[in-house]
Amino acid sequence: MRIWKFGNDIDTDAIIPGRYLTLYDPKELARHAFEGTRNAFSREAAEGDIIVAGRNFGCGSSREHAPIAIRGAGVQMVIAVSFARIFYRNCIATGVLPVICPEADSITEDEPVTLHLSEGYLTAGEIRLTVEPVPAFMRKIIDAGGLVEYAKNITELELCTK
Amino acid sequence: MAATISEKIFSRRCGKEISAGDVMMTPIDAAMIHDITGPLAINKFREMDGRAVFDPAKIIMLFDHQVPADSIPAAENQKFMRDFAAEQDILNYDVHEGVCHQVAVEKGRVRPGDIVVGCDSHTCTYGAIGAFATGIGSTDMGFAMKYGALHFRVPESLLLTTDGTFQHRVGAKDLILSMIGDLTVDGATYRAVEFTGDTISTMSVAGRMTCCNMAIEMGGKAGIVAPDEVTRAYCADRTDSGWFDLAPDEDASYVLEREYDAGDLVPQIAAPHNVDNVADVTKYEGTPVNQVFIGSCTNGRYEDLLEAADVMDGRKFAPDIRVIIVPASRTEYLKALRAGLIETFVEAGGIVEAPCCGPCMGGAFGLLAPGEVSLSTSNRNFRGRQGSTEAEVYLCSPATAAASAVTGSITDPREVA
Repeated sequence: MRIWKFGNDIDTDAIIPGRYLTLYDPKELARHAFEGTRNAFSREAAEGDIIVAGRNFGCGSSREHAPIAIRGAGVQMVIAVSFARIFYRNCIATGVLPVICPEADSITEDEPVTLHLSEGYLTAGEIRLTVEPVPAFMRKIIDAGGLVEYAKNITELELCTK
Repeated sequence: MAATISEKIFSRRCGKEISAGDVMMTPIDAAMIHDITGPLAINKFREMDGRAVFDPAKIIMLFDHQVPADSIPAAENQKFMRDFAAEQDILNYDVHEGVCHQVAVEKGRVRPGDIVVGCDSHTCTYGAIGAFATGIGSTDMGFAMKYGALHFRVPESLLLTTDGTFQHRVGAKDLILSMIGDLTVDGATYRAVEFTGDTISTMSVAGRMTCCNMAIEMGGKAGIVAPDEVTRAYCADRTDSGWFDLAPDEDASYVLEREYDAGDLVPQIAAPHNVDNVADVTKYEGTPVNQVFIGSCTNGRYEDLLEAADVMDGRKFAPDIRVIIVPASRTEYLKALRAGLIETFVEAGGIVEAPCCGPCMGGAFGLLAPGEVSLSTSNRNFRGRQGSTEAEVYLCSPATAAASAVTGSITDPREVA
């Protein structure tokens, strides 16, 4: 498992540039992830790697190609100080776990990270950091295995108008 | 309980009192898909065992990002969407009408008080006429197209009040850039941004669209202006329904309130590579540019093109730069054409393209080489946004873009005309 550290305000154009948005296959998208800004990622990222970032990760475009590219590269979890709203939601929908960790900046690339989401913390080497709980309705989607699986199992929609 | 605009819209839609923080499955009034995010949304709709969309009349479909198709994959995606539109009986504007956000509003497909989702982050533009509109991803859109509803968390709101009259050559774009500079790129994350005050009351729907469009650049879930007489006049020819009575209650609760003075404002620039890297134009005066782009869902309307032509005042563009002008829609293009603006731009050496997103997203045309500098009236200056990651994008108003296109370097429009 490798930790890929990123800074603040990493936008979705950096995660996957606009010229590749005609692609949909996760592996093909992964080949262009962080192209021009972190070229080693597409070459070296492997299944089980984790992205750790600062504030406002995934800001900008609503392109779902961004979490799909990250997932295609093998990353199943992004830990950040904070996330941009649409990206956060797109992660949940596509099966990438977004973890809000206010002190994520103190995680290094050198020590393994273990998440204890239900208990509300993670460990990075010797240090233990608090992570925020996932909102209840999003937890249901994660537990179903993503929004597609969640949608398939709906028998009756519980609308707010009822 | 006293309510914000967003709380009022959700309360009316749900038929009960709804407050910020509530999460519920809410029916939507419209859903927008375009050529970039649409094919994936359709695939997700099918993966969810979707057979028929919830209501074909409430799906807004068009192609604007890579039009006419600039590659075989883009052509295939557009064909795929055309076939879906025919199968589902959805009105598809195809490549004919222009940029999604301009078209959705000008065609009356969005009404005041509507709850709208769009597969594009700048869907928040529709708040200009008092709709609660927000950008979503393709899987959420697949769900919305199947069920006609989506999980919403009702956002807390920011109240941004602007009073006073703009100086000559200063306008809505300068205002929203200065607000983003003040509040930063994540200052409104998960929140709705309400724009109010004398300056907004007297602002056209075009200017309000510029402001609401960029709410996402501070992380906002929505940007919104309470419907008023300006909204009524705009909507009168476009739609025969909508909720206009949405002014927030006086003691509504806001997480943040800010006041701005339009009279103090000077032309603004957002320098590379974040939209909150904002300063007065004077800081960057004289910076040479290789390309100027006037257009996009932020600033491609007739009013913007008129301002640009007015600043040019009969002068030609600087010889060594490319000036690309792209009206936001066919309707806006025709207005500019009939007013003689297109002739002005072409005479001056400009490249006028048919309505589309243009160089804004760095996909179709007008890309930048390493080391090149773009001055753009669009909404994002991220590294690599308009081509090479070694290029630089500065954001500004149509007036500043036109003044700089004439001189060849970043120029204060007040100095030119």
